[in-house]
Amino acid sequence: MIRFENVVKRYARATALDGVSFQLAKGDFCFLTGHSGAGKSTVLKLLHMAERPTSGDVRVSGYSASKVRRRDVARLRRKIGYVFQDFRLLQDRSAAQNVAFALEVTGVRRSEIRPRVAKLLGQVGLAAKSGALPSQLSGGEQQRVAVARALANDPLVLLADEPTGNLDERATRGIFDLFREINAAGTAIVLATHDLELVRRAAFARVLELDQGKVVFDSAERGAA
Amino acid sequence: MHALREALAAFRRAPLLTALSAAMIGLSLLVVGLFGVASWNVSRVLDDVEARVEIVAYLRDSASPREVAELQEALAERPDVAEVFYITREQALESARRDMAEFDSIFSSLDSNPLPASMEIRMVSAYRDADGVRAVAAAASESPIVEDVRFGADWLDKVFLLRKVAGAASVVLGITFGLVAALIIGAAVRISIFARREEIEIMHLVGAADRFIRGPFLLEGLFTGILGGAAALGGTYFVYRVLSGRVVQLAWMPPEWVALGLAAGALLGMMASAIAVRRYLRTA
Repeated sequence: MIRFENVVKRYARATALDGVSFQLAKGDFCFLTGHSGAGKSTVLKLLHMAERPTSGDVRVSGYSASKVRRRDVARLRRKIGYVFQDFRLLQDRSAAQNVAFALEVTGVRRSEIRPRVAKLLGQVGLAAKSGALPSQLSGGEQQRVAVARALANDPLVLLADEPTGNLDERATRGIFDLFREINAAGTAIVLATHDLELVRRAAFARVLELDQGKVVFDSAERGAA
Repeated sequence: MHALREALAAFRRAPLLTALSAAMIGLSLLVVGLFGVASWNVSRVLDDVEARVEIVAYLRDSASPREVAELQEALAERPDVAEVFYITREQALESARRDMAEFDSIFSSLDSNPLPASMEIRMVSAYRDADGVRAVAAAASESPIVEDVRFGADWLDKVFLLRKVAGAASVVLGITFGLVAALIIGAAVRISIFARREEIEIMHLVGAADRFIRGPFLLEGLFTGILGGAAALGGTYFVYRVLSGRVVQLAWMPPEWVALGLAAGALLGMMASAIAVRRYLRTA
């Protein structure tokens, strides 16, 4: 479903990725680890097709970064959920409205939106706070709203960029358990983090470690060897 | 439907910003409106002056009625001539007496009528320029029964030069004001888009199609343009009422101009939005 083929990504002043190759199948759970600047976020941006590789190819769900058209990128993104460290919620809208927004702008019928939002907020454990504004929610709760929004269009894969970076220990555990549940339901997860504690807790997951734009450790290869 | 809902919601969420951009558009279109009133009035004055352009061909006393009728017909048939009036010697004296009553005693003491018969030639407005008038005057003077042709050549050249200058100034100033208005509207829209960049970013994030992102902004630009256009119209009318009668006698613009102005405001608003959003979509 996801395939990186010898991907190089160069910016004006630096090489972010230098020959990265890996594959992920449907339902995989993969950690991207490494120091800041190792290239984790670049991998996510390439998966989201917000960036194109300088050379090599990125394939996601049948779309190739070298051939994809702008219109198809929008279509592809509906199959990809994205969660950020800073949540990126619209501050002037309630939790329910933030989740509904993702459905509205992708053209889902209004009559379908309300029940789907209720279900999504229930899934992340926020049914009781659907009317709250982001400023009235804790960090963990805001991240749950962001996860509900990312799941709104039933994505094949959920990308998470340091999703627990702004959360305390307890909220981190809660969000991580939520990711596990989502993964158990069949959605692949790519989680970029430098929180090694989180990685250690998930022995089932695949771990790709990046350093200076190269994959320096892949738990799948070690397992195979 | 989504676009309309979102555009209206944007007005609701940021009424101050909307009012501000509508005011900016309104002020810039007000300049265009005032310019419209000025140029309409200048053009009316020139029309009026030009309509008075008349060629008078004085006829020899020896001309026979048949020759006169032939000349009148020949001139009237020309495509550049609208009307030809034959003024007999008696009519000429009559109107001279009427127009110059103070000389009535002189006219009464005359034994014979000293005034010649004449033809007054009115031109079709499309041909009413210096060359056109000269061509008709030349054609009339070729007739053997015509003694002299008068049409105020120097004055005519000045009027037509003025018309040209006014026309060119209208076009150049009109375009300039229009462009300035478009730039200001563009800036206003960019401010409103900048205020909502997070929303656009999230729309991209969740896979909204470009047209879906663009729609509400285009409608918002359209509404703001109409709002600004209406405000400008009101402002222009106000200034017109204040000036007209007190300072100078002015005429209000024809309804087509008003409709055109409003349509231009709406279109400018939408185009400015389209360009601003496009730029944003490209970089996002």
